[in-house]
Amino acid sequence: MGGIHPKTYKLSAGKQIQAAPIPTQAIIPLGHYLGGPSLPIVKAGDVVKVGQMIGQASGFVSANVHSSVSGTVNKIDSHIDASGYKVPSVFIDVQGDEWLESIDRSSEIKRECTLTSAEIIKKISESGIVGLGGATFPTHVKLSPPPGKKAEILIINAVECEPYLTCDHQLMIEKTEEILIGITILMKALQVDKTIVGIENNKKDAIDLMKKHAKAFAGIEIIPLQVQYPQGGEKQLIDAVIGRQIPSGALPIEVGAVVQNVGTTFAIYEAVQKNKPLFERVITITGKSVKNHSNYRARLGTPLADIVEHAGGIPEDTGKIVAGGPMMGRALTTLEVAVAKGTSGVLFIQTPEAARKKMQNCIRCTKCVVVCPMGLEPYLLMNQSERSMNTEMEKDRIMDCIECGCCSFCCPSNRPLLDHIRYGKSTVGKIIRNRQAKK
Amino acid sequence: MNIFIVSILTLLFVGAVSAIILFLASKRFKVFENPLIHQVEAALPAVNCGGCGYPGCHGFSVACVHAESLHNLVCTVGGKATMEKVAVILGKTASPVIPTLAVVRCGGSCEKRPHNNQYNGVSSCAIAHNLYGGETGCTFGCLGLGDCEVACKFDALHVNPITKLPEIDEEKCTSCNACVKTCPKLIIELRNKGIESHRIFVNCINKDKGEAIQESCSVACIGCEKCMNECAFDAISMANNLAFIDSYKCSLCRKCVSVCPTNAIVEINFPLKTNKVVDNVVSV
Repeated sequence: MGGIHPKTYKLSAGKQIQAAPIPTQAIIPLGHYLGGPSLPIVKAGDVVKVGQMIGQASGFVSANVHSSVSGTVNKIDSHIDASGYKVPSVFIDVQGDEWLESIDRSSEIKRECTLTSAEIIKKISESGIVGLGGATFPTHVKLSPPPGKKAEILIINAVECEPYLTCDHQLMIEKTEEILIGITILMKALQVDKTIVGIENNKKDAIDLMKKHAKAFAGIEIIPLQVQYPQGGEKQLIDAVIGRQIPSGALPIEVGAVVQNVGTTFAIYEAVQKNKPLFERVITITGKSVKNHSNYRARLGTPLADIVEHAGGIPEDTGKIVAGGPMMGRALTTLEVAVAKGTSGVLFIQTPEAARKKMQNCIRCTKCVVVCPMGLEPYLLMNQSERSMNTEMEKDRIMDCIECGCCSFCCPSNRPLLDHIRYGKSTVGKIIRNRQAKK
Repeated sequence: MNIFIVSILTLLFVGAVSAIILFLASKRFKVFENPLIHQVEAALPAVNCGGCGYPGCHGFSVACVHAESLHNLVCTVGGKATMEKVAVILGKTASPVIPTLAVVRCGGSCEKRPHNNQYNGVSSCAIAHNLYGGETGCTFGCLGLGDCEVACKFDALHVNPITKLPEIDEEKCTSCNACVKTCPKLIIELRNKGIESHRIFVNCINKDKGEAIQESCSVACIGCEKCMNECAFDAISMANNLAFIDSYKCSLCRKCVSVCPTNAIVEINFPLKTNKVVDNVVSV
């Protein structure tokens, strides 16, 4: 249902993943986009090694944080992150690059996994792995279905429907076998015997490569998908791959599916087979005027400015810098922001494209209704949000909105539909949480 | 001729039957309302601002009539005079009214808190606040998009186009709380109006550490605690790197104002100090 077809601009496709420079000071955020922030377990003056745990999960829906560099902890202070607000972060002055001895740094591919399901989930939880697609939901929570529910099928999200971004694409080309081993580990953890990998048709090389290698693994099927945004959304992908719709307000497990991002799958391989916690990820540096579009393997906590400098600096005609893709990414106020678990890329948008166009009146063309992948009525929700009609918004399923931005993208009157809906959603969300807390 | 008589008679009959039904219905379904409620409502300002915490003036008059005492029942718009009238009608004693005023606790004008990015989205503080921290380095300060101006029913609040900060008209402000509830950054506070409208307050709400905030704003509270140590009346408390002056304990001595290194504490409506010095010089 719904969806749009923006130009893909995969400028950095095929660019080999290179190691980003190790920063002189790493600023590792302890907060997560979803879930409770981690609690620091180091203090100023402590010496840490690469891979050492520095933040402990503060609850079930939270994740551990590990040091990405070796050196001395300078301070624990708040630092601005991609949300535009300050979050508690650990500042580490880098000295050398000394890894924990338990981490297997060899390039050899380790195929055998002898751990049991519970051991795998425990390992994933200890390694601080979260969904690397952008929502950063703790992976161990997704792998532990609520009582009475059983996963039937694992779906790997290799769609990468956001324009510009190529980090997952490149990872599939370079780490094909590791990802497939990661999938078998996930299948073992979930006790399912069938996996479908959904890849959009604009990544032919990745599809071919994955198909070639997948023959050696039982139960893994690679499905090429039509190019469409937002197919990488969890609910949209399940619909596209197995044709099941998730009821309003429910989780994918309701239809027996568990979705994991392909980047997360690689992180799981590294955590389980190589004993390496999540402290680095692949990010894309791109934009029409960027000199060297590239994919970097960056340590968490590296200031984005360092990586951008390596990629040729900020282009002169930049009007807006976005962390993530152009559709769902967040505009940055400063490049001092450090790489976090959810940072999938940095995009430089040229000045004329970055400007908002003049808003005009709604002409009731219903384009927004047609493209909404969740079947909502964005024009109506915007009006309700402007008038604070919270009860009506809740009734019209505002909480189902996935904030994909299709409505704002296609509006011929340039109405800021998503801005208003997002605000309405946060207000209604607060009301619902208060109501539940009272019960 | 006949048709006229028939139609007149029919209409009369219908009218009579309806009148009887209406009469019976009004007897049967009569709602008794204490006549005092109407009297109290007539004494209220009838602006339905909701500042008292009740749904409009009618809701407030019902609450006044049913309450045992007028304790904690205050019409902020009418103030002391209105509450005394209400007390006379109800034969109860009015609780003392401490006049309050809305106060904007951010001094970060464009000059003192330079912008480091530009927001060109929807012109609404609530939406901008939902998106990110704001156009300046301070994520706590005023966004200047004027949600409070829209919320004010009394034309008492206007965003100054030069400083991009809301300014409150003391004459018009009724302390109805509408701006306080609207501000997403929780900057506006209802404060004791003070003797002769003299007020001293910390003109900042940022909770960042001093070092971090000084880069982005020159008039921010840096949490140095100098004012707290200077205060002889225990009116100043510190929490999260931020000083707060309790207006009920403050004796308006103005010592804290002079010790504040960033001029984050402001005094309002006091006679200018410089004049005094000049007077002294002249008298000497």
